[in-house]
Amino acid sequence: MPHVGDVLLAGALILATPALADRVYVSNEQDNTVSIIDGERGELVATVDVGRRPRGIAPSVDGKSIFIAVGDDDRIDVLDVATAKVVRSIPSGEDPELFAVHPDGKRLFVANEDDAKVSAVDIASSEVTAEVEVGVEPEGMGVSPDGKLVLATSETTSMLHVIDAASMELLDNILVDTRPREAMVTPDGAQIWVSSEIRGTVEVFDANTRASLKKISFGVPSVSRELVQAVGIEMSPNGKRAFVALGPANRVAEVDPASFEVVRMFLVGQRVWHMALSPDGRRLYTANGTSSDVTIVDLETNEPVKTIAVGRGPWGVAVVP
Amino acid sequence: MRTTTIAVALLFVLLGSSLVVAPAKAAELAIGFLSRERPPLTQVSPVDADLPDSGLDGARLAIADGNTTGRFSGHSFRLIERRIGSGDIAAGLFELAGQGVRFVTTDLDAEDLLAAADAARHADIRLINARAPDDRLRNEDCRASMLHTVPSRAQIADGLAQYLVWKRWRRWFLIVGRGEGDIEVAAALHRSAKRFGAEIVAEKRWTFQPGNARADTGHVALQSEIPVFTRAPDHDVLVVADERGEFGDYLEGRTALPRPVVGTHGIVAGGWSTMNEQWGAAQLHSRFQKLAGRRMNAADYAAWLAVRAVSEAAIRTRSSDPGVLNAYLRGPDFVLAGFKGQGLSFRDWDGQMRQPVLISTARLLVSASPQPGFLHRGSELDTLGTDREESRCRM
Repeated sequence: MPHVGDVLLAGALILATPALADRVYVSNEQDNTVSIIDGERGELVATVDVGRRPRGIAPSVDGKSIFIAVGDDDRIDVLDVATAKVVRSIPSGEDPELFAVHPDGKRLFVANEDDAKVSAVDIASSEVTAEVEVGVEPEGMGVSPDGKLVLATSETTSMLHVIDAASMELLDNILVDTRPREAMVTPDGAQIWVSSEIRGTVEVFDANTRASLKKISFGVPSVSRELVQAVGIEMSPNGKRAFVALGPANRVAEVDPASFEVVRMFLVGQRVWHMALSPDGRRLYTANGTSSDVTIVDLETNEPVKTIAVGRGPWGVAVVP
Repeated sequence: MRTTTIAVALLFVLLGSSLVVAPAKAAELAIGFLSRERPPLTQVSPVDADLPDSGLDGARLAIADGNTTGRFSGHSFRLIERRIGSGDIAAGLFELAGQGVRFVTTDLDAEDLLAAADAARHADIRLINARAPDDRLRNEDCRASMLHTVPSRAQIADGLAQYLVWKRWRRWFLIVGRGEGDIEVAAALHRSAKRFGAEIVAEKRWTFQPGNARADTGHVALQSEIPVFTRAPDHDVLVVADERGEFGDYLEGRTALPRPVVGTHGIVAGGWSTMNEQWGAAQLHSRFQKLAGRRMNAADYAAWLAVRAVSEAAIRTRSSDPGVLNAYLRGPDFVLAGFKGQGLSFRDWDGQMRQPVLISTARLLVSASPQPGFLHRGSELDTLGTDREESRCRM
């Protein structure tokens, strides 16, 4: 799409937003937009049109781009942070939902939900360089900080798949609780955390031996067990605080990664899907799918401090400094 | 088949030795599917199609889904299908038992199902009912050897009633068809109206012989008959009970008062909607479409649930022992992901699967019950159907 360049420059001049403390990007699944929020001031600053059904969203390693999986268009849109425009798209295989950005900054690992595959995509050339077959409906994607392991969860097969990032071979397939949604490696690379939507649990594994270390449950008083569903997981960069989104229970649980105990619950908007932390770890942003808003939680006072209306059906959150 | 099993086992040994995958062991579990041949469908609309494998296709997909997991976990599943013409159901069941089957998904009406349940006692077989919605099968006629993935009429009526009450469409005009099932649907609706505060302001039986509206000028007779038939005290909705689809389609657009048609026609309540794309259902439909060349209907879905429940129990317990699987299915740890936004499980008091009821039009999903505000001290899903205290099931 070479012709986009001119529009881009014009857009940059018009937008010319002042430097923001955190720029928060929220994918709105139901109206094909990304909302941009100034995280410091807690205000919506722009809404950008993207492809159809945007869900997975993450920044590039250099922080200059935001990748957005637009499932109904079978591609990943690349939003330029400086100009707040979609500058190009990367074909991703069928129905991408979530993806992981490899720490080398060159590759994306994409879950192709409709055809039970994980694809490795070269960002510069937009080429799918390798594929591996996993279980039915792959969803959650993670990559270890050293870049050696790629994780995928398959929702219907209920498995955690551990993939060698270099060879794209399956190293391990581990049965986990029903309908796993997110898999992530802790910042120190030692553990794998996997959420189960239908069982409402997070299971923690040793990243090397893949031995199960703990299964964390989230009982919420006055909410029936069917509605306590674990979805997104976020961990602070120093690995000291972990947050688990509990979907239709309308809460985010904070877990102490040292003891695996739930230390507190934050009441947020309705049907909280995914989250992101500010780079300084002072704020948590949650995408609340049913109430179509974002809750900002102040992690110093441990209070939800602001609710910001965004597009319809917010699903994923990405933050750049 | 034996060669394949050995080959698969060998493959797992090889893979296991290089620590690539660590499956338990390659044990094949055979699951039966028992159905009675149905008379051909009487077409009302040109889009109605006779689907002889309705139900069965759902079971086939569940086997494929189980085997995808099994590829990684070392399990394999096989469906053994028996369709009975005019013969004896018990004979079909014994035949399945002879092939090593211990769990049978049934696509049978109540009488056949009870005959199968009697035979099952002598054959160490457990049945999972994926077709008969009769409430008596969950109450007076319940059996310890029987689970139900198809919702009961009470569950469906409660799901519809909650939605209508949430909409404040509380005054119902009930139209009941000629079938025995229709009378039971009407009874379930009366019960739901009482539970949730709706009122049945008028009730009529449809007594016309089934006509053929597809004849030339077929619409002319209907255009004069339906307005006369639907004259009734003022109401918010027409609730139609016509499980066999004899006349329900004739109502919409012809009623005396301009009111929505709900129930078995119009805005329909059921365990599944062909139009459901939410909660990941788009992927389920996509896999089903590849297998069956059509979209998944409620009969397919109930059969899919039944076979998936058994395979899920086998994978989770790492067992093929029917006693172990049965205890797990009925126990508190069992939960199945069924593309309706909540985990599904079986009620220990009557073997009924607790599940959301979907409300939809011919083109889109409208809502899913339980509706907000209908509370329960345990699971809100137990606001639909027969709750523990009301159950007349004594196993």
